[in-house]
Amino acid sequence: MAFINTKTKEVQVKIVYVGPGRGGKTTNLEYIFSRIRHRIGSDMVSIKTQGDRTLFFDFLPFELGSIKGYNVKTQLYTVPGQVKYNATRKLVLKGVDGIVFVADSIVDRRENNIKSLENLKENLQFYDIDITKMPIVLQYNKRDMESQGVAILDVETMEKDLNAEIKAPSFTASALKGDNVIPTVKKAISTTIVGIREKLL
Amino acid sequence: MSYILDQEQLDGLEEALTTDLMTLGIQSVILIDMAGNVIVNLDDGKVRHDVYSLAALAAGNFGAVSAMASIIGEEEFSLLFHKGKSENINFTKILDDFLLVSIFGNDVSLGYLRLKIDEVIKKIKVLIDQSRSS
Repeated sequence: MAFINTKTKEVQVKIVYVGPGRGGKTTNLEYIFSRIRHRIGSDMVSIKTQGDRTLFFDFLPFELGSIKGYNVKTQLYTVPGQVKYNATRKLVLKGVDGIVFVADSIVDRRENNIKSLENLKENLQFYDIDITKMPIVLQYNKRDMESQGVAILDVETMEKDLNAEIKAPSFTASALKGDNVIPTVKKAISTTIVGIREKLL
Repeated sequence: MSYILDQEQLDGLEEALTTDLMTLGIQSVILIDMAGNVIVNLDDGKVRHDVYSLAALAAGNFGAVSAMASIIGEEEFSLLFHKGKSENINFTKILDDFLLVSIFGNDVSLGYLRLKIDEVIKKIKVLIDQSRSS
C-alpha cells in the first residue's frame, strides 16, 4: 500500500523479501545495508531470536532518488522463513507493494522453496492479492556453494519449479558475496514503481 | 495498491494534531498506516527519533497485538500503551488502516491525553475519509 504524500512530494513503498528459512533474506539486506550505510540516516532494524534467526522482521529504509519530482522512500523488509512463524510472516506482508522471493539453490532445499512459494501465495490471498499480478522478482541464491562442492539446482529446474506460473524476472546470486544483490533490489524497486508511477501527476 | 493524501488533507491533519496534541506538551506524534508508512510526523523540536524505523516497529507491534486479540477471541485491542521511566508511548487505531503513535513524558496526564486523542481521531477520520470517497 504505497503512500503518496503530495505535500512533501514523497512516495513510500514497501518491498518484502520472502523465501524459505536460512535462504539468505537477511543476508541480502545486510549486504545492501553495508553498501548504503554511509548515506542513510538510520540503522537496519532486526528482530531476531537468540539463535540469530529472524523472529519478526528486518527493516531497512532508504531513499532512492526521485521520479516525476517525488522522492522515493523505499522500505525493505524480510520475513522469518521458518514454517512455524507464519502469523508474523503474514503481518509483515500487510500493505506490501513489491516482493523479492529468495530461493535456496542447494539441492536438498528444493522442496522448501516450493512450499515457501505456496505459503506466499496463500498469505497474499489473505490480503486479496493475486501473486501473478504482484510486482515480484526471484533470486536463486547461494550459487557460490557449488565451488565448495555442494550440489546445487540448475537454473532451469528452479525456473520450472518456481517461475513457470508467475514468470517474474529472476537472478542467480550469492548474497554472502554480494553477487547480484544490488541488481535484484534495483529490479524489485523499478518493477514496483512502474505501477505507482502512473498515479504521480 | 496505493493511496494519495492531498495538500489540504495533510495540512488539516497537521493542524489537528498540533492543536489537539502537541500543545499538551507531548514529545512527538506520528500518524502512520498499518503498512508502516509515515503520514504525518510532528515533534517538539528537541528530539530526533528514527521515525521510519519507529513506524515499521509500531505497525508490526500493533499487528502482533491484534493477532493475539483474535487468538483469545477478542475482535481487537484498539488501544495500546507502553510505560517507560521517563517516556511513554500510546498507540491508537484509527479506522482499519491507520495508527496514531503519541510519545510523551511523565509530565503529561495519560487520562487527559486519551481524551484529547479521542477528539482528534474524530477529525482525522473525517479528513481521511475524504480521500476514500474522492
